[in-house]
Parts: sequence; structure tokens; C-alpha cells
Amino acid sequence: MSLFDSKFSTACPGCGQEIAAKIVVDIAGKNTIISNATGCLEVFSSKYPDSAWKVPWVHSLFENSAAVASGVEAALKHLGKLKDIKVIAQAGDGGTADIGLQALSGMFERGQEILFCCYDNEAYENTGVQRSGLTPLNTNTTTTPPGKESVGNTRPKKPMLEICAAHKIPYVASASIGFIKDLKDKVKKALSIRGPKYLQIFVPCPLGWRHGPELTMKIAKLAVETGLYPLVEFENGKLTSAMKIPQPKPVEEYLKLQGRFKHLLKNKQELQRIEETAKANIESFGL
Amino acid sequence: MKRFLEGSRGVAEAIRLCKPGVISAYPITPQTHIVEDLAQFVADGELKTEFVNVESEHSAASVVLGALATGVRAFTATSSQGLLLMGEVIYNIAGMRLPLVLTCANRAVSAPISIWNDHQDSLAMRDTGWIQLYAENNQEALDFHIQAYKLAENKEIMLPVMVCMDGYILTHGYEPVDIPEQKKVDQFLPPYNTSYKLDPSHPITMGHLAEPSCYMETRVDIQNALNRALEMIPQIAKEFGTVFERNSGGLVESYRLEDAQYVLVAKGSLAGTIKEVVDNLRKKGKKVGMLRIITYRPLPVEAIYQALKNIPNVGIVEKAISLGAFGPLFTEIKAIFQNKKGNPKISGFVAGLGGRDITRETVERIFSKIEKRQMDLEFIDVKQERLNEFVRF
Ligand SMILES: Cc1ncc(C[n+]2csc(CCOP(=O)(O)OP(=O)(O)O)c2C)c(N)n1
Ligand SMILES: [Mg+2]
Repeated sequence: MSLFDSKFSTACPGCGQEIAAKIVVDIAGKNTIISNATGCLEVFSSKYPDSAWKVPWVHSLFENSAAVASGVEAALKHLGKLKDIKVIAQAGDGGTADIGLQALSGMFERGQEILFCCYDNEAYENTGVQRSGLTPLNTNTTTTPPGKESVGNTRPKKPMLEICAAHKIPYVASASIGFIKDLKDKVKKALSIRGPKYLQIFVPCPLGWRHGPELTMKIAKLAVETGLYPLVEFENGKLTSAMKIPQPKPVEEYLKLQGRFKHLLKNKQELQRIEETAKANIESFGL
Repeated sequence: MKRFLEGSRGVAEAIRLCKPGVISAYPITPQTHIVEDLAQFVADGELKTEFVNVESEHSAASVVLGALATGVRAFTATSSQGLLLMGEVIYNIAGMRLPLVLTCANRAVSAPISIWNDHQDSLAMRDTGWIQLYAENNQEALDFHIQAYKLAENKEIMLPVMVCMDGYILTHGYEPVDIPEQKKVDQFLPPYNTSYKLDPSHPITMGHLAEPSCYMETRVDIQNALNRALEMIPQIAKEFGTVFERNSGGLVESYRLEDAQYVLVAKGSLAGTIKEVVDNLRKKGKKVGMLRIITYRPLPVEAIYQALKNIPNVGIVEKAISLGAFGPLFTEIKAIFQNKKGNPKISGFVAGLGGRDITRETVERIFSKIEKRQMDLEFIDVKQERLNEFVRF
């Protein structure tokens, strides 16, 4: 039986974040305490008086998931229970890379025994698909709409993996629900390592990205296969693995399935820029 | 054991005796000495606690929230901007019914930046569901922390307590204080024990999403608990008196009110100054007195009414202002007398903002003002020439 009971979840059909969160908690097992930031995952899993969570779970605020988890960890240490109980902090990309970045950095620097999972759906989905620091270049969001003077989000995705790795914590990795085995392996590995860990999981959002719910897994694969979402691992600040993509797929294959990129398909120049992003990833991570 | 100590050290001693399992804080003047002393206790092995150094007050408050959610007693302290930065978490801690004890070393709020004392910071947290106690002196500051844990953790209450002490005046002032024996504190304050916690053997969900069908009841439940605290606070003070053999705590303190005609109402260390003035004026035959608000939230409505109902002239002196309206305590005390028998003439005075001295002479002047006429709001000791020199926009 899963530790995430979907019966009490109100997630949209095809929600990638729900799939990922379920995998994470089931691998972690019942001796786990989860601190969850405000965002879609919190909202769809904890409507009073119900809860999808079969492990102790706490939601406090948007930006403080890492800090609340730090308090849980400190309390467990005080009680002498930290060996038996795992602590997971989780948040969306906004709760991680933007408003939650300071608390996350503090948690890393204190060396706390916590796995932080970022469910990266590349926008503030819960509040209606606004841009976040992890929204990719040229994406159409409600705060970066394309128009006569705009092709969408003007900035590239914030390099969160490198930012986390620069803290020289024992483990930093990216994963995608398009590669379930790899994701599971990384969750297991992260939980077997002492100290702070960071796992960023690519989770498509059918509503926000405007694609059919049946395409969630396909899109989650294509993001990796095009080179746009490299699956990598850093240990103690050093890149130690990258999933190879010897024959990268053209980025259009990925983009054309999603309404958020529709405006790009006839724009050669901007498509070129996305292509270059993929190329740069392939080069720098040796994909 | 009586020792001559800085107020901050007294608080640190109280916290050591209460044995929190997690302490987290971020430095801000004038709170710093409290947490520095605690860090030293931990370093010296005198206090077995996880001392979590964080990157902000927002995280300090979140860390102690997490610790309490895990069922472990916790402590933090802050002032001014730090308390404001915690603001979001302050509401959360009360809403989640976590019995935190926090010291607010009261300090003015920016801008302009001021490190000196007034009550604007804790006032900004007045409506959060926290219990607020205001200490007059360092002995009280020490005692109130011990009582605060007992109150907060009471199963009928389960709400956080903010112990407010005037920045510098108390935090950095030296006074002889009695430090209780550990044995007595243990007798008075049992270990924190709750089933409302994050525990894999009984998994619960904390911090639900609440739809309109249930949010309002969460507020009513806090209001009810605060009403129970009005009964609990005097009981705890009484029990404290029995164990530690001194009077400390409660809702309000009446000072020479028996036949008084002119009474000032205040909170915190200012009450000490007012008491001296009352004694002096009494010697001169003036029928003056003072009412001190110890517990500001929950507001002890009945105790205030009983204390003031036969006093013809009352002046509220406060170190905070609801800008655009009145002094907050003035507004609240006026409201208590609306539609009640006995209706004192109540005047409001705002004094001591940003650390401006409130001297005995100032207090005497305020007493003579309430002899004359009623006024809703008067700022005390304001310099007109300073106002004139400010840049106009
Ligand atoms: C301090 C604060 N600011 C803003 C919000 C509003 N808010 C709630 S969830 C959310 C977006 C969450 O985005 P993300 O972290 O990416 O998670 P997602 O919903 O996309 O899974 C925002 C902006 C809030 N709750 N708290
Ligand atoms: Mg998101």
C-alpha cells in the first residue's frame, strides 16, 4: 500500500508532481517525516479533514520548508531518533529556487540530515502559471506572455543544480518522472547518504503547460532526450554522472506538444536559441 | 540564589532551567545577549539542547515551529525588525497551536532605524493569537519565562507566549535577581509531553488546507483558549508563588488604587517609574495610583474594569501608536467602559517612542494633565522645532 493515498488527492489528471511525490514517499518508507511548502502538492494532498499522507507530514508556509525540516531534524537529534527517522523537505520550483532559496541555502550550510526534493514544474502553477526562476527561456506564462514586444520569458532557467552543488553538499541530482528507475535509484541513493541532499525532479503540469494528461510521461522523457533537462549527479560539489543522450532529439519534438511553447514554433530565431540551450547542456555535462 | 545579573542573563538562566530541546535564533540588538548566553551554556555543557544558528529570523521561527511540531520544547528570542520578519511564522505558530515561548526584547521599528525601546514591535503581533506578557523588572522577566512554558503547554491552552521585556532598560540593566533551583523548576514545570506531534508510529497531518467550511472555527477555538488563559494565568501565578515563595505574574497589578482619584495605566518597565512618582505624590497628599497591565493578550477585560470602575480620572500611557488612530491600549480600555456603569474620564498619552526618556518629571506632568481635561491622544515631550526642520516633500 502506498504511503500517499491518491483517494484523498485532488490533483489534476496527468499531474507529474503527484507521481513524483508518491514515488519519493514510498521509497523513503513509513519512518519518514515530511515538511511541505505551500504550492500545488500541499493544496491537493491536505484538504481538511482529509490527507493523502500516511507518514507524519507538516505544512507551514511557502518559503520555509527547509527551515521547518531543520527544526524537525534538530528535534529528532535531541530525542536521539535521527538514526531511525528520515526527514524530507519538499517544495515546488518557486518554493525552492525563488522564495525558499535562502532557507534552503541555510539548511545546506548547517549540514543538516535532510533530503530536499524540488518538484520542478517550471512555474508558479498553484497561483495560475506565473513565471518562476526555473521557468525556461521563451516560455509563455501568465506573467511572461508573448506579444508584439515579447516572445515569453526573457531569461534562461536558474542553474539550481550548480547553485546547490556549490554548497559542496554530499549529493545533488536531477531526475525526471520520464525515467522512473533512474528517479527511484536517485531517491534511494540520496537517502543512503548522510548530510544534506538535493533532488530536483522534472514534473510536467498538463494544466500549466497546456498538454493532454496522456502526454505527461512522454514530455518528461523528451525533456531529457533533447538535452533540455540533463539528468546529472554531483557529489561533494563535483559532477559525478550524467545520463548520456548519444542521439539528441530535436527540441521541436518536445516543444510542439506543449501550449506554453506554441508561439515559438514559427519563430526560427527563437527556436535556434532553445536549440543552443540544449547544445550548451550537452556540452557542459558531457551528455 | 540571588545574583546581580544583566536582564538578558536572567532570561538565559530561566531558559536553562526550563530545558528546551531546540533553540534557534538570529542576532538583533537588543536581544543578542540572551542567545549569546544560551550559546555559552550549550558550549559549556550546562544545557543539553540543539542550538540551531540560522540565516534569518524567518528561519529561526520556522526551526522552532518544526521542533515543536516534533514534540520538543523550544525557544527563540528577537526584537523589532526580527519580529516583523518572523511575522508570517508568528501567525502560523499560533494557528498550528504550538506552545512556543519567545522573548521579545522590545525595540522601536524602522524607518528610521532605531535600536532603542518602545512597544511597537510586539504591538504589531497583538492580533496573532499569541499570549503577551510584559515584565516590569528583571526578576519578572526571569519568572515569566518559567510561567510562560507552563501556560503555553497546558492542554487547555496550547498557544505560544511572547514574554516582552523593554530593550536596554531591562535586557541590559543589572539588578539582583533570584535564580530558582532546578529542583523547584522541575517540580513546577513538568517535561513537555504531547501526542500532537510528527511521529511515524502515529502519523498525523499538520497544517491542512482549510476551506471556508472550517477556517472560522479555528479562530474561535483560539479565542476560546485565550479566554481560558484568563483563568489559568492567575492560577499559574499562584502556584508559582507557592513553589518559589514570591509573587510574580497575573493579569494586572493595582498600585495604590484604594481611594485614588487619578490613575495612570501602563505596561512594562515604565510602571516602575510611575510607582515612584505615585509614592512621591501620595506623600504630598495627592490621591494617585497606577494600574499595570501584565497580560496584554488575552486582554483582561474584567480585571481592568474592576480596577478602574471607581476611578474618576484615568490616563493611559503607552509606548506604541496605531498611526492614524490612537494609542491601542487607550482604544481598548475606552471600549471596556462603553455601556458599563462607572465611566472614568479616560485620556490617552503616547510617550517614549524610539527610546525617548520617560522621566519621573514626565510622569508627574502626565498626572497633572489628567487633572485638567480629557484628551484622546497627546504625544508627550515632542519637539516642535524638530518637526519643523523635517524635509517637506
Ligand atoms: C509568502 C507567500 N507569497 C506568495 C504566496 C502565494 N503562493 C502560493 S503557492 C505559490 C506558487 C507555488 O509555486 P511552486 O513553488 O513552483 O509550486 P507549484 O504550485 O508550481 O507546484 C504562490 C506564489 C504564498 N503562499 N506565500
Ligand atoms: Mg512550480
